[in-house]
Amino acid sequence: MNPALPFTLLKNSYPQKISGLRNTFSAKQFILLLVFVLLAPLSWAKEAAPVAEDPVIEKRMLALSEDLRCLVCQNESLAGSRADFANDLRREIREQMQANKSDREIIDFLVARYGDFVLYRPPVKPATYLLWGGPFVFLLTGAGILFFYLKRRRKQIEEPPLTEEQHRHAEALLKENKGNNA
Amino acid sequence: MTRFLLPLAAFIVLVVFLAVGLGLKPREVPSPLIGKPAPIFQSQLLHEPGKMLASQDNLGKVWLLNVWASWCVSCREEHPLLVELARSGIVPIYGLNYKDKRDLALQWLNQYGDPYTVSVVDPEGRIGIDYGVYGVPETYVIDKNGVIRHKQIGPVTVESLEKKILPLIKELQG
Repeated sequence: MNPALPFTLLKNSYPQKISGLRNTFSAKQFILLLVFVLLAPLSWAKEAAPVAEDPVIEKRMLALSEDLRCLVCQNESLAGSRADFANDLRREIREQMQANKSDREIIDFLVARYGDFVLYRPPVKPATYLLWGGPFVFLLTGAGILFFYLKRRRKQIEEPPLTEEQHRHAEALLKENKGNNA
Repeated sequence: MTRFLLPLAAFIVLVVFLAVGLGLKPREVPSPLIGKPAPIFQSQLLHEPGKMLASQDNLGKVWLLNVWASWCVSCREEHPLLVELARSGIVPIYGLNYKDKRDLALQWLNQYGDPYTVSVVDPEGRIGIDYGVYGVPETYVIDKNGVIRHKQIGPVTVESLEKKILPLIKELQG
């Protein structure tokens, strides 16, 4: 089946005016077009990566490679990348799983060859303390600054208590005001 | 005046971080294999499929392992240098023909020259995985004890040869 056919069909019967659209498609042509459109995904299905024989291993492999970086296309995971390199590593992981290796062993195998860079979740070790702890340091610093700022501000806003004399003065003013209103 | 100093200082720090970040090369992932024994392989020769080369055969000499392929565009860039280096006789270069087809690889060597003492084939990229290859070309400097001492990611250049690879080879051979 030629997937290009629906488009030539469309082109040949392309209406001169929009209003003519209804007349240019016969019901038969429309159904044919619909069939082509619906069938199109089937022709692509063949290009998908071959499914491994064991769906359990495939699932485990995908779960594991979700957390691994493809070194060729560095912002993609091994699971999501279509690079040839990612394909090879997925095959390697699949084979090691078939050989009953644990996830830990497979990750160690990859780290030994490609370094921690292959992990999307870098391990906690002296070189990465800043990476893991940095956000918390920023959070604590920010919280500290906020705390002291608010404390200082409260002091500034807080009204100093009135002295005896000010108190009397204020009362006199209030009385005067009442007298005016009456 | 001082109220501007703090933001200015913060801004300068930020600019320095960004400038350093721009200078980094995220493509060049440092290999954890440096200082470790080179992974052992045994594979068919490109020219004579009936013969095998084992990496242990190279113990006792300093050698380069150059990962190449006929489909690799950057390999063409470094190739004249490798041919020249091979001609100088300073160090033997062994080729790892990575994920390639034999006829295309042979044709490629015919066209551009063959600097390799021998090339071994790695049609499925398995030796490549053991060596942590993720891009071609890559070149490893391996010492007399079979330990990887340096990895050049990407094409060998005049600069990398003169500054790093040749001095290192001299030191290892001495």
